[in-house]
Amino acid sequence: MNDGLLVIVLAQAVLYGTPLLYASLGELLAERSGVLNLGVEGMMVFGAAVGYWATQRVHGSDEVVLTVAVGAAALSGAAMALIHAFLTITLRASQIVSGLALTIFAGGLGLSAYFGAELHLADLPATHQFRSLDVLGLGDMPFFGPILFDQSLLVYLSWLATLLVGLYLARTRLGLNVRAVGEAPASADAMGIDVALYRYVHVLVGGAFAGVAGACYSLAIAPGWVSGDVLVNGAGWIAIALVIFAFWRPELCLVGAYLFGGLSALPFALQAHDVTITPEFLQALPYVMTIIVLVLVSTAFARRRLGAPAALGRPYVREER
Amino acid sequence: MIRLERRLQQPWWLSVAVPVGSLAVAFAIMAVVLLASGHEVVDTYRKIVEAGFTGNGALSATLVSATPILFTGLAAAAAFRMELFNIGAEGQLYLGAIGASWIALQLGDHGAGSTPLFVVSMCAAAAVLGALWALIPGVLKAFANTNEIITSLMLNYVAGLLLTYLIYDSASYWRDTSTLQARAFPQGKPMPSAAEWPSFGSNVVVPLGFAIGVGVAVVLWFVYSRTRFGFEVSVIADSPRAARYAGMRTRRKILAVMAISGAVAGIGGASQVAEFSHTLDGSPQGLQAAAFGYTGIVVAALARYNPLAVCLVAVLIGGLLNAGFTLQGADFPSGLVGVMQGIILFCALGGELLIRYRLTLRRRSRTHVEGGTTPEAAA
Repeated sequence: MNDGLLVIVLAQAVLYGTPLLYASLGELLAERSGVLNLGVEGMMVFGAAVGYWATQRVHGSDEVVLTVAVGAAALSGAAMALIHAFLTITLRASQIVSGLALTIFAGGLGLSAYFGAELHLADLPATHQFRSLDVLGLGDMPFFGPILFDQSLLVYLSWLATLLVGLYLARTRLGLNVRAVGEAPASADAMGIDVALYRYVHVLVGGAFAGVAGACYSLAIAPGWVSGDVLVNGAGWIAIALVIFAFWRPELCLVGAYLFGGLSALPFALQAHDVTITPEFLQALPYVMTIIVLVLVSTAFARRRLGAPAALGRPYVREER
Repeated sequence: MIRLERRLQQPWWLSVAVPVGSLAVAFAIMAVVLLASGHEVVDTYRKIVEAGFTGNGALSATLVSATPILFTGLAAAAAFRMELFNIGAEGQLYLGAIGASWIALQLGDHGAGSTPLFVVSMCAAAAVLGALWALIPGVLKAFANTNEIITSLMLNYVAGLLLTYLIYDSASYWRDTSTLQARAFPQGKPMPSAAEWPSFGSNVVVPLGFAIGVGVAVVLWFVYSRTRFGFEVSVIADSPRAARYAGMRTRRKILAVMAISGAVAGIGGASQVAEFSHTLDGSPQGLQAAAFGYTGIVVAALARYNPLAVCLVAVLIGGLLNAGFTLQGADFPSGLVGVMQGIILFCALGGELLIRYRLTLRRRSRTHVEGGTTPEAAA
């Protein structure tokens, strides 16, 4: 592999890893509060659709339009997450089935397709998109420049988000409470922490992150809207797996996201350089690698429980302990 | 305020009334969605009922749509009953289609002509391949304690790519390379005519696949509710730890249940090949776009994982799918059926609360004021 190709693959790894990073940070927040949300894929697709729609409806400079679009995507993701929160926290429904329902409801064959078809999103050409932003002239640096410092604003913001989520969980009072709610809701309740409120807020914020992750596709990676399962294509599920690989730690989400971003980008980069490997084999790589890494991580689990919130997946009912 | 009390006994009629009520609520919510997006509610519903059930030949077409989701619904029900979340029915169905079409082409090449032989061997090949594909997450779950939700789901994408590879990017056994046109526009080899499954009835045509599905449902119902195996499965579902202390072999159960689930989904793939596509359909707009596996989860959840109820719900959701195909156009945008499925599933899930808990209205007593918001108060 020559140097030019390596730089391209690594730069693409960061680009494709960014939605995975946002989505896994969001899922991490929800899971740390004890709620598993398998609806990430659905929330991402819906965020992508709404974000793209916003760029078509709002007029103004690129900055204004894109800010509104990302905000709309975040809100739409949070709105979808609210359904999951209501069903699992208030109505005590199975978190697994509710999350699956959310993906079926919001995903590429459900609400997003409906929304896209009603507003004819697929026929509209992309007018605004995130462009790469050379920070402090660092983009000219050899090797690292194009990989790290010639990316879009979404990439830089994802670093900030990782840092903030990490500090929030590890260094703040609220973060400590969240961890308490996820590990031992009964004790947290006894301490006077409102378990339901904490869970609602973190599931909603998690949904907002997933919405932004979806917008990364429709506003930066492949500007536009494609109906069906094409745009996000399983990234939401990889993000859920990433949280497990990362042992529920934000900084490790970053590493995992770029690893899997690289695997997702590989087919395109190699095709552009006339390397002939069966495309289906390359496209299957991220999915197969997800399984392999998950197996490696879960065998490690058998020896030591690493990081999984103890109350993950269980509804908290005060009188049923 | 509303209080929730756990029911010690669940009256039998609730498990009928709640899903029916959930459906009614789902259609009410859907009406709001339709209104909000500027569609005629009554008119749309009338069209759906007509296209799905009451119209000329509608019920026959609905049974064709119901067949694959009957199998994937049973596959989901079989696994979910043990709290084993096999989301991989989609991929297991593809593998079933690959296996069934392989054996049908083989038999055709060797000049076999009797349809019963085709039916039995296609079902067997599909069941074996579907079960093997499901055993990948099964083995990983049993021996490495790997989350089966993610592994089975990832394998759906891999199975889809395998399907595409076999027809589009390789000179595989399944691909038709006999004519110049077939080489330019990739497609699967056509099945021998004896591989087309028969159907029954004149007024309402019942495809053989649907009948097989009902048979499978009866067998599953018997196994899960009348045998030791079924009892152990329900104990493991309630408490894996208690099951292990009682000496039940949980690993074997995981493997067995995954294999059953995958085999059932695989037979669904066989019926698709034999009754619908008559070739291995590798195109992304074909088998892969139908999302039968995910719809099966909706079917299973609404049926409360009861195999016999799955048959009924499959016809109901099949009618919805069929109406979606027939009505697709300006008044009936794509995605509407998916939205409806999601809402139905949400309502079915919410309804579970009413089965498990008793809702009682009670005045908040003045002397005993509770501090903070309890989950009950939020409800």
